[in-house]
Amino acid sequence: MKLRANLVIGGSLFALAILVGLLAPWLAHTDPVMDANLMNAEEPPSWTWWFGTDDQGRDIYSRVVYGARVSLTVGIISQLINSVIGVALGLSAGYFGGWWDDVVNALTNLMLAIPSLIFALAIMAVLGPGLTSLLIALGLTNWSFTCRIARASALSLRSQGYVQAATVLGYGDLRIMITQLLPNMLGPLIVIGTLGMGSAVLSEAALSFLGLGVRPPFPSWGSMLSEAREQITTAPWLSIFPGLAIFLTVLGLNLLGDGLRDILDPQSRSRRT
Amino acid sequence: MTGTPLLEVEDLKLDLDTGSGRVAAAEGVSFRIDRGETFGLVGESGCGKSITALALIGLLRHPLSIGGGVIRFEGREIQHLSAARQRDLRGNRIAMIFQEPMTALNPVSPVGRQIAEMFVLHKGKSWREADRLAVEALANVRVPAPERRVKDYPHQLSGGMRQRVMIAIALACGPDLLIADEPTTALDVTVQAEIIELMRNLCAERGTAILMISHDLGLVANVCRRVAVMYAGRIVEERGSADIFRAPLHPYTQGLVASLPRLGSRAALGRARLQEIAGVVPAITHFPDGCRFNPRCAQATEICRTAAPDVDLLEAGGLVRCHHHA
Repeated sequence: MKLRANLVIGGSLFALAILVGLLAPWLAHTDPVMDANLMNAEEPPSWTWWFGTDDQGRDIYSRVVYGARVSLTVGIISQLINSVIGVALGLSAGYFGGWWDDVVNALTNLMLAIPSLIFALAIMAVLGPGLTSLLIALGLTNWSFTCRIARASALSLRSQGYVQAATVLGYGDLRIMITQLLPNMLGPLIVIGTLGMGSAVLSEAALSFLGLGVRPPFPSWGSMLSEAREQITTAPWLSIFPGLAIFLTVLGLNLLGDGLRDILDPQSRSRRT
Repeated sequence: MTGTPLLEVEDLKLDLDTGSGRVAAAEGVSFRIDRGETFGLVGESGCGKSITALALIGLLRHPLSIGGGVIRFEGREIQHLSAARQRDLRGNRIAMIFQEPMTALNPVSPVGRQIAEMFVLHKGKSWREADRLAVEALANVRVPAPERRVKDYPHQLSGGMRQRVMIAIALACGPDLLIADEPTTALDVTVQAEIIELMRNLCAERGTAILMISHDLGLVANVCRRVAVMYAGRIVEERGSADIFRAPLHPYTQGLVASLPRLGSRAALGRARLQEIAGVVPAITHFPDGCRFNPRCAQATEICRTAAPDVDLLEAGGLVRCHHHA
C-alpha cells in the first residue's frame, strides 16, 4: 500500500505542476509581467488576490502559475541532459573498462570535486544569464551521480549470467548495453533522475535568486524568492507561495522517484497481479 | 576419418596470466566432433573443461588466452577470426547453454522476447515474425501453453522451465553445435532426466552435435557416444562411452567410475562408504612433474614422477595418457 501511496501522491503533485505550467495562460488571473498596478501594491492574500500582490501590484498567484513553466522546463530538460551524459559515460565505462573507464572516472571525480552550483555559476558567467544558458549550465554539471550509478551497475551486471549468455549468443556490444544492461539498471537511474530533477528545480531557484537565471520581470520561482527577500517581514506571502511551489514540486518528484523504483522491479510487479 | 569433422581441436594450449608469468591452464587438448555426434568432456572443477569450451567460442578473456594450437570449425580455423565474424558464429552456428538457468535469462525481459531476439539478430526476421517463431520454439521444448508463456518473466518460471527456455534460445537458429556446460547441475534429479532427454531428442532431430561438459561421468556416458576425461589441463583418456564405463584404462578414470554411487552396491559389496579419489586437483601454478596424476595415483612408479606420459592411441579407437595402462 505504501508503495502505491508514494506513486499516487508524488505523481499527482508532479502532474499538477506540469498541468499548471501548460495551462498557465488560462489559469492566471492577470498577465504576470504587464499587469502591474501600484494602486494594488502589497495586498495580502484575499478573495481577489489569492496569493496577494507584490510591491508593484502584480498578482503573485499569476506569477507563480507562470513561474512553473521556467522551473519545470529547467528541471526536466537539464536533468534529461544530465541523464543522457551520465548513462552514456557510466554505462560504457563500466562495460568496457580499461583506459576508457579510467578517463571517465577521472572526469567524474573532477565533477564531484567541484561543487556543481559553483561550476554552473562559472558557466553562467561565460554564457551570460538567461534560460538557455541555465539549461546548459545545469545540464552539464550534475551528471556525476548518474554516471557513478550507471558505471557501478554496469560493472556488477556485466558478470551476470544473462549478460555472458548474450555474448555467447552472438550479441554485439551495443546491443548488450542497450538490451541487457540498460533495462536492468533503469530502476536506480529513474530514482536518481527524479531526485536530480528536484535538485535542478532548486538549483534554478538558487541561480535565479542570485540573479543569474531568468531575467526579471519574467517570473520564475527562484527570482520571485529573490525579489521577495527584502519584504519577508512586511509581506511574507511574497516568499511563502513561490517557496511552497518549489517545496511541493520537489517533494512530488522525490515521492514519484520512490514509487517508480518499486514498480520498476519486475518481481514486485508480478506480486500485485 | 570420414569427411571433414564439424569441430576439430588440435593441441590447444590455454595460458593463464598469473601476474608473475604465464602458466598453461590446459595443454595438448585435442579432440574432434563429427556432425550430429555427441561428445562429452568430463573432469573435476578446475581441470580446464569450461575454459576449453570458452576458447571454442572465442570468449576467453584476460587473464586467460589461447597460447597455441588450432580450432577448426567445418575445416576453417576460427581461433583468429575477427570479433564480428566470431559473433556471427556464436548463437547462430555454435550455441551454448549454461549451468545456471536462474541467472542466464534477462530478468526484465519476457522470455518470448529473448527467444525472438535470436531470430532478429541472426536471421534478420522482423519482430512480428520472430515473435511467432518464439511461440513455436517454446512449443518445441514442450513448454505447455506457449502462447501464454512467452509473456512470462523468468522469475515466474521454475528452474526446469527456464532451462527449457534456454534450450529454446540456444536451438533457435538451428546451430550445428550445442555446447552444454553442466546443463542440469542446478536442477532436481527428476527434472534433470527430462531436460537431458529433451536436449538429446531435439539435437538428434536436427542433426545438431552436442559437446557436453560435466563433472558427472554417469550423466555424460548416458548422453554421449564418446567421452574425454580431463585432468589438470590434459585429456587423460578418450574413448567410446560404453568402453570407458565398462573398462576404464587411466587410473583417474577408474577412480571416477568407482566413485559413482550405485544403488544396492553397499549391500552387495559390503562397502561401508562411497569410494573417493584421495587428494585434490593440484593448483594450476604447481602442477607436479611427470604425470600430473601421480601424487594421487595408487599405481604410480618412478617413471610417473619424472616423465610425462605420451598419448597412446588404442587399437579399438580412442586414446589414453598413462605409462601403465595396458
